[in-house]
Amino acid sequence: MREKILTYMERNSRVDLKDLAVMLGTDEVTIANEIADMEKEGVICGYHTLIDWDKTSSEKVTALIEVKVTPQRGLGFDKIAERIYNYPEVDCVYLISGGFDFMVMIEGKTMRGVAQFVSEKLSTQDSVLSTATHFILKKYKDHGSIMVHTAKDERILVTP
Amino acid sequence: MRDPLSSTIREIKPSGIRKFFDLVSEMEDAISLGVGEPDFDTPWHIRDEGIYSLERGRTFYTSNAGLKELKEEIANYLVRRIHVSYDYRDEVLVTVGGSEGIDVAMRAMLDPGDEVLIPQPSYVSYEPCAVLAGGKPVIIELKAENEFRLTPAELLEKITDRTKLLVLPFPNNPTGAIMEREDLEAIAKVIIEKDIFVLSDEIYSELSYKGEHVSITSIPGMWERTILINGFSKAYAMTGWRLGYACGPAEIIKQMTKIHQFAIMCAPTTSQYAAVEALRNGDEDVAMMREAYDQRRRYLVHAFKEMGLECFEPYGAFYIFPCIKEFGMSSEEFAARFLQEEKVAVVPGTAFGDCGEGFLRVSYAYSLDNLKIALGRLEDFIGRLRAEKA
Repeated sequence: MREKILTYMERNSRVDLKDLAVMLGTDEVTIANEIADMEKEGVICGYHTLIDWDKTSSEKVTALIEVKVTPQRGLGFDKIAERIYNYPEVDCVYLISGGFDFMVMIEGKTMRGVAQFVSEKLSTQDSVLSTATHFILKKYKDHGSIMVHTAKDERILVTP
Repeated sequence: MRDPLSSTIREIKPSGIRKFFDLVSEMEDAISLGVGEPDFDTPWHIRDEGIYSLERGRTFYTSNAGLKELKEEIANYLVRRIHVSYDYRDEVLVTVGGSEGIDVAMRAMLDPGDEVLIPQPSYVSYEPCAVLAGGKPVIIELKAENEFRLTPAELLEKITDRTKLLVLPFPNNPTGAIMEREDLEAIAKVIIEKDIFVLSDEIYSELSYKGEHVSITSIPGMWERTILINGFSKAYAMTGWRLGYACGPAEIIKQMTKIHQFAIMCAPTTSQYAAVEALRNGDEDVAMMREAYDQRRRYLVHAFKEMGLECFEPYGAFYIFPCIKEFGMSSEEFAARFLQEEKVAVVPGTAFGDCGEGFLRVSYAYSLDNLKIALGRLEDFIGRLRAEKA
């Protein structure tokens, strides 16, 4: 049941719980309890809205920053990650395998703002060896949703 | 000038759905619950394989019965999914959709005057295909009280000395009915005893929501007297690729291949390459789509119950078949008025046989949002009809 709830809600967190209960062949109370439990356990960590800011008048820039660090003795990567993710302007922090250590995503109002964050807040951390900042030019798809065009039903209206 | 047409073709009525289609297409911004195809796009990895085959210049005919790799994958798939084995070398024929398989099987198996048992309501092409093959269609009217399953008694009642073939269309379009193992075992007995053959159209086999789909070919004694029809349209959302297959005893498949060879040559090459990918790596896509349909199915069953619309719970395909007899009008009238007044298209049950009178085919190959809007309008509409009657 949990997996089914999560699979559905991952794509549509706004679903009416009554509808979801019907669709999964159970009752609303069961669904509500499962969701409450999963929120408590941190399985469900939040509900967000996927926005294509490019279609609004607001200016936003998003950057992916590759960060190389020296892990601290006894603390590994986690302590450094914490120092990075505590900044509110940081959206995501992932520990990555391969050529660098962290992938940091940051959203800012201007490129200058992002650059400032990188040069003043991020690069100046003791354990950070180097950074490489990539600005996102266009979002084609995010969280499974294609942003560049909306799907249209092109089927013939009535077929046998 | 002489009449250019054959009397046979003149006597075949155009599909009942056609009339309704014309009505719908005149209506602007109608929403539809009338389609008989998936709302999903073909999964990208399958499309990509089709594109890749074009890029590689695979634009030639394949052998008549289909690509060797594809026939092998079909045979593997049937073992995996319905636990029945066919030799890919001479027991599998790749066709242009399941529809071609139906046509070719009838032409290969019928002599003039042979009777073909066709349970209805069912897909629109069995009857005309039987006629075009020289056969004589004999309709078995399935009943709502049996959840539109075929019973041995109904079958027995229509069998004569001339009966050659039974069409078995389950999971069923338009009713959503399925035949479970016990149902199949019961009719198999009659079929074997009366020595008739079966054309089992299992195009919706992957869309079965009550345990695993059971194929009649897996019932002892039935493999040797059954042509199994299946395809990629419904399971993999590949309707436009026009690809299906027929499996059966080599002596029948051989003759079917002969007709196919002269009429078609071979199924579209691009589609065949895409289908290989579908069978090799598409199981998860099928499961995902099945789950989505199942959720909407439950939603619709529940919604109809709430509206007080009589309906048995369908366990197959992506259709639900509510009864509208309480409103005292024909299916066609109901569908036409519903379209005019609420701008929602559903298909009158009579498009699938006379015994579909009093029923509607509602398709749930739509997003939940779309279904909700349509159901809201249906509720308004039947509310008004009930008020009119009261």
